[in-house]
Amino acid sequence: MAVVFEPTKGLTDKPFHYCPGCCHGIIHRLVAETLVDNDALETAVGVASVGCTYNSYEYIACDMVQAAHGRAPAVATGIKRNLKDSFVFTYQGDGDLASIGTAEIVHAAARSENITVIFVNNAVYGMTSGQMAPTTLVGQVTTTSPWGRDPSYQGYPINVSEFLSNLAGAAYVERVCVTDYKNIQNAKKAIQKAFNVQKNKLGFSLVEVLSTCPTNWGKEPLAAMDWLKENMEKQYPLGCYKGADITFDADGKYVSGAIPATANNCVNVGEVKK
Amino acid sequence: MAQKRVLMKGNEVIAEAAIRAGCRNYFGYPITPQTEVMHYMAKKMVQVGGNFVQAESEVAAINMVYGAAAAGFRVMTSSSSPGISLKQEGISYIAGAELPAVVVNIVRAGPGLGGIQPAQGDYFQATKGGGHGDYRNIVIAPASVQELYELVVEAFNLADKYRMTCMIVGDGTLGQMMEPVAFRDEEPVETIAKPWAACGRKGDSFHHTVTSIYIDPDVLEKKNLELQDKYKIVEANEVRYEAINMEDAEIVITAFSTCSRISRNVIRQAAELGIKVGMIRPITLWPFPYKAISEAADMPSVKAFLDVELNAGQMIEDVRLGVNGKKPVYFHGRLGGNLPMQKEILDKIVAIHEGKITEGGNF
Ligand SMILES: Cc1ncc(C[n+]2csc(CCOP(=O)(O)OP(=O)(O)O)c2C)c(N)n1
Ligand code: SF4
Ligand SMILES: [Mg+2]
Repeated sequence: MAVVFEPTKGLTDKPFHYCPGCCHGIIHRLVAETLVDNDALETAVGVASVGCTYNSYEYIACDMVQAAHGRAPAVATGIKRNLKDSFVFTYQGDGDLASIGTAEIVHAAARSENITVIFVNNAVYGMTSGQMAPTTLVGQVTTTSPWGRDPSYQGYPINVSEFLSNLAGAAYVERVCVTDYKNIQNAKKAIQKAFNVQKNKLGFSLVEVLSTCPTNWGKEPLAAMDWLKENMEKQYPLGCYKGADITFDADGKYVSGAIPATANNCVNVGEVKK
Repeated sequence: MAQKRVLMKGNEVIAEAAIRAGCRNYFGYPITPQTEVMHYMAKKMVQVGGNFVQAESEVAAINMVYGAAAAGFRVMTSSSSPGISLKQEGISYIAGAELPAVVVNIVRAGPGLGGIQPAQGDYFQATKGGGHGDYRNIVIAPASVQELYELVVEAFNLADKYRMTCMIVGDGTLGQMMEPVAFRDEEPVETIAKPWAACGRKGDSFHHTVTSIYIDPDVLEKKNLELQDKYKIVEANEVRYEAINMEDAEIVITAFSTCSRISRNVIRQAAELGIKVGMIRPITLWPFPYKAISEAADMPSVKAFLDVELNAGQMIEDVRLGVNGKKPVYFHGRLGGNLPMQKEILDKIVAIHEGKITEGGNF
């Protein structure tokens, strides 16, 4: 019988601990498939952050380093600077990246670190049970904005892709979602493009993935997908914010498009004795 | 054969020693009085094909250290007290993930922004934790530029061997002073295998993971017990100290780094007055030379201890643990970035000798 679908070798056998309807699982799979598609499982190093995905280091089958809250881009810098030919990525939530880790993400982008950031924006602190995040929408009820986020009281959401794309060091920034087949395919393409950007040493790349948190949003899985489409996409329009014109040939080799000048800051320090 | 001696600043020697030890990663953020480490690295590290990154903060710098160490590479960061406070989160993670790292603290006077003059007020922070959780750092306190060179090289070996942070503690005096250094032609660099390093699976049937999170309390307790076992081995094998003039000593000075240099001269001056003064100079602040102190306290000739520090009395707690009530322990300290004059210490010794002051002592 023909095999129609099989689990990717980019994921370990460990069962996910994510809630039903949570997008983290889908996004993990896309990252893992990209590693396999590009034959990078043996060389890549990923950095897990602090949030519901703290444990992603056990799920994604390449070498993985677990980082302190918000610090993944700095940790990835320390890794990538030594392994210039290996794919190095971080996997971070919105609390992690856009609140406690703002300094690290801004400066990794400004230095044009040749790393890829998978930024999962679910408009809430998932792991610590649904507090307001820097990305929480105006009016959105969370455990720490019980009457809804009021800009006169709690200020406004941060649009990460928009503001990072203003930095000269950012080569490629795109926002996607994974609510349906077509969007999942688009998200996969974006992750592949980020991979190509890094492989060609073009500099910092970030894929923001809008994501659901049915548990803390208090919604059924499908209703959560609908809520994301109806509300999050208004605040966070999908699309490419930087590097839309960067193109690659069929082998993933850079062909054309504007890129930062600072993308060659890594060395090969030598082999680690194993 | 040792090369001819060159005159160098302490801070520059730290950087040179690291490069000689095979360190090819330096991540730092500017702060007085250690900036020369960074200036030296900015040039030399790049020239030898290594990585130099001026990080956006000490928090970022220590996490770059965490990343480079996790991938298996020798790495160092340096800072001074306020910056070292910021690094504590990362140092705790490094302890939890059992990574080798060298961290240099050229201490300045605190608390808060304090001042930039020499101090030893970070003794507690360095030796008793600093960050959260049950962990230890090997803490080394060199007293000369030559010793700084040799112990920085050694720090990399110890960090790799025990997979833990090795912290070099100095102060502005040591960092800024110029002294002759004799560099070896070849450094005693031990290349230790790192099968755990996350630098790519490269054919291994499993993926390497570097982490400090263990949600299951039983697993975390086991992990912690393993750490404690490791620390016991370090305590058994890595205590270093210098005993000076201890034969027939009546009064024993305990002092590290800068204070030991000042006290060394006092020993001679006291001898001229007919008072036999010896000194125990801890080189490792952790593991602390409790046994040497305890044995000194058992010596019939020893009447008292005088602990000299650039703080309000921090190492004295460890000295007292070693002495264990067997002899009185006096204290002389200076604060705010001031150094004690030899005469101040000598006066204290005379007063102790003549039985004119009470235990504990003043500043
Ligand atoms: C220094 C520090 N502060 C706070 C926490 C607690 N904490 C753990 S996860 C988290 C929020 C994570 O939210 P996000 O990054 O949005 O990830 P999500 O769980 O939503 O995927 C917080 C505040 C921590 N682990 N460390
Ligand atoms: S709490 Fe939210 S983000 Fe976390 S696993 Fe559950 S649904 Fe996903
Ligand atoms: Mg979140």
